[in-house]
Amino acid sequence: MLIKSLVAVFLAAILTENYVLSKFLGICPFLGVSKKLNTAVGMSVAVTFVMVLATAVTFPIYMYLLVPMGMEYLQTVLFILIIAGLVQLVEIILRKYIPALYNSLGIYLPLITTNCAVLGVTMLVLQKVDSTTAYAYTYGHALVNAFGAGIGFLVAMVMFAGVRGRLESADIPKSLKGLPITLVAAALVSLSFLGFAGFVDKLIPLS
Amino acid sequence: MAKTSLIKEFTKGIVKENPVLCLVLGTCPTLAVTTSASNAIGMGVAATAVLVCSNAVISLLRKFIPDKVRIPAYITIIAGFVSVVQMLVKAFAPAINDSLGIYLPLIVVNCIILGRAEMFAGKNPVLPSILDGLGMGVGFTAALLCMGIIREFLGSGSLFGVQLMPVQILIFILPPGGFFVFGMLIMLANKLNSRAGKKVKTSPCDGCPISENCSTKTCEKTVKEAAANAD
Repeated sequence: MLIKSLVAVFLAAILTENYVLSKFLGICPFLGVSKKLNTAVGMSVAVTFVMVLATAVTFPIYMYLLVPMGMEYLQTVLFILIIAGLVQLVEIILRKYIPALYNSLGIYLPLITTNCAVLGVTMLVLQKVDSTTAYAYTYGHALVNAFGAGIGFLVAMVMFAGVRGRLESADIPKSLKGLPITLVAAALVSLSFLGFAGFVDKLIPLS
Repeated sequence: MAKTSLIKEFTKGIVKENPVLCLVLGTCPTLAVTTSASNAIGMGVAATAVLVCSNAVISLLRKFIPDKVRIPAYITIIAGFVSVVQMLVKAFAPAINDSLGIYLPLIVVNCIILGRAEMFAGKNPVLPSILDGLGMGVGFTAALLCMGIIREFLGSGSLFGVQLMPVQILIFILPPGGFFVFGMLIMLANKLNSRAGKKVKTSPCDGCPISENCSTKTCEKTVKEAAANAD
């Protein structure tokens, strides 16, 4: 049952509740960095890493520090500071000890502090803990959800990089060039993800 | 003279440098909360309040914040005001709190606010900074309202909750409709700008406050440095 629900959380985070295409979180890197496949992949891997790390730290802090002390209102300030601090820390550690990894991923790190997808993942998962849906989230669910959200970001970025590659050589009306046609293409990619609605519930019935 | 320039600080955010349609900042809330016109106004007003307050405080502190830690300092100030606004909305407009959901605390990472702190409030006196924040906030609200009206009218056939049309094109209030309507609005803004002979923004990175540290630019820089080293 536990494994089943973890798989359901993972698939839902990638397909039905894709953070970019259905929750509109992380649109700036989605539009800005998706021009080339390698930068799209690098950015997504860095985002996934920070998402999991941030959830691993913020979830216990919220559950075991803020809630017992009745200070939930500090959530926004605390979370953004934790994420910013974590990103800095990871950057320093990578630069010092694993320079090869730093060279390929480190350049994306400063950008991630203000990525709303990371803050969104850590906050949204807390709303599901006390929700009355089929299952309540535990720490494991939260981590899997963060990982799934990152993979979902990767899937959306890679798919979109492919679409944008095609757009480069297309004949586009002048005033649609650049951002407008990119947004229209994003609309079509997001339309294709609508097809997954209800997919996870049917595949893995939980009740 | 001083008065006209102050008015200019206010009005530039509404049309000439509209944060959403011309600078292409704050795309996430623009797409996410514009499923109805009233949501759009709620989001716009909340963001404007944060923008004005944070601009004022950052402008007051601009001589005390060391340059190296200015971005973390700005983020902390902004996060403080977002928490205040969040508590006020929860207490006095719980319906708006429910419909905006997660996007209300996410104002803290809205790049319009950090962008104005970095580009304007950190360099200018208090009064112009407040007016700049107010103008940008009104421009943001106007663009959001525009999107909200189009999407609500086409998607649920109503305006501000009043049913007007018997036909509903559901896709417009779903995520793809958000991308599509936003694309069309930017196209319109580009068309008007190019007719007026102005430069057209083509990438969302152009107005981004942290684009200096950003991957694409850093990538180009690293490649250039590597090439220079090889020489």
